[in-house]
Amino acid sequence: MTIHTHQPGEHESAYDGLLVNDAHWAFGTDFEDPLAGVDTTVPDGIDAAELASYCLALGDDALVLSHRLSEWCSRAPDLEEDIALANIALDLLGQARLLLARAAAADPSVVPTLPEGSPVPPEDALAFFRDDRAFRNVPLVELPNGDFAETVCRVLVFATHRLALFERLAAHPDAVLSAVAAKGVKELTYHRDFAGRWFVVLAGGTEESRRRLEAGLARVWAHRHELGVDAEADGVLAHVLATAGVAEPDVRPVVTDGGHTEHLGRMLAEMQSVARAHPRGLW
Amino acid sequence: MTAWEVAATVVDPELPMLTLADLGVLREVEEDGGAVVVAITPTYSGCPAMATMRDDLVRRLQEEGYDDVQVRVALDPPWTTDWITPEGRRALAEHGISPPAVSTGATDRRGPVPIRLSPTRRAVSCPRCTSGDVALVSEFGSTACKAMYRCRACLEPFDHVKEI
Ligand SMILES: [Zn+2]
Repeated sequence: MTIHTHQPGEHESAYDGLLVNDAHWAFGTDFEDPLAGVDTTVPDGIDAAELASYCLALGDDALVLSHRLSEWCSRAPDLEEDIALANIALDLLGQARLLLARAAAADPSVVPTLPEGSPVPPEDALAFFRDDRAFRNVPLVELPNGDFAETVCRVLVFATHRLALFERLAAHPDAVLSAVAAKGVKELTYHRDFAGRWFVVLAGGTEESRRRLEAGLARVWAHRHELGVDAEADGVLAHVLATAGVAEPDVRPVVTDGGHTEHLGRMLAEMQSVARAHPRGLW
Repeated sequence: MTAWEVAATVVDPELPMLTLADLGVLREVEEDGGAVVVAITPTYSGCPAMATMRDDLVRRLQEEGYDDVQVRVALDPPWTTDWITPEGRRALAEHGISPPAVSTGATDRRGPVPIRLSPTRRAVSCPRCTSGDVALVSEFGSTACKAMYRCRACLEPFDHVKEI
């Protein structure tokens, strides 16, 4: 027996266990099927192409917002908020992986074709080898971050809508989508609380923090219609605004005509550059 | 050892004081002849340790003579901190990590999840000096499953595995 294994209580430090085997310490660099062994048969009465399209739209929202939030890494106002935003980005990335994998399993034709012998699994092919026009996300999530206040507003509005939606999707007839949604509810609850608390703090802070919050909210609010009509989300957002003493912004909805803003293409150019430079790359 | 007994000795890569069984992510071990199928569930959707858990399970089982090992993902029912065993909670506390409270069932209500605009109140005590005079620093910590606290008595920071 030459391979060292981890045993409970064997290690003094949490890090020792990570460094036993070089091939294991770099988390997140493996290509792993997040639905390995999950029954992905589309249930009777559900149109596979529609289900795939819907999961793709939800997954793209999560992926694009995750990437935007990850841009805060090392730039947030302080270390705790840096870690919080990175945690939220990680949760959304996990939700995106599951949703993109679900889309690919339901309808493989949504996955871009890659060169023969490519090691890229479907979820990554979807993330890294589609052009901006093929992304189904709402423009709200692709806008540049703006300042911390605007980021708080976007997380608040997005998490409020997504949480209300996932609460309902937890009862979806597709067992995979319903499981992803039920899990996401617990994560989104923390995201919404985080953003809601900062919203109240910034509103009651200084003149400058309130000015920035209201400006950020107005920019986000102009895209809120993209998330659809949702009475539960309306109620939660009204409660947060009332607690903070902030009036609902009086803004005209920005209509992007079903397409994307110029910002998505630029974001993807950066996000996809490594994968596209090495389509056969193994980590 | 049965395949379950072997799988139950594998530890979590991020919380190595806990076995996967104590963490509650080890859902099922099916033995069929020489073949073993292990089901694990992610703590959070973005759990980056799933592949490491899988590799550790396969390696450990192969060392004990189970050559045909498959690890599958189980998404339903979703993991909650209530899956952490009493032994797991003790191990966390012994290693300076405040364990999650046991759900009273009060969170199993129906209807929309209420937003919490003031800091979450938890009966947390410092894992070093046991003082209950502690302050929440952030709901997000070094890993997805932990919140950051500070003890006002001994002034030490510590992690709390937050309830989900
Ligand atoms: Zn203390």
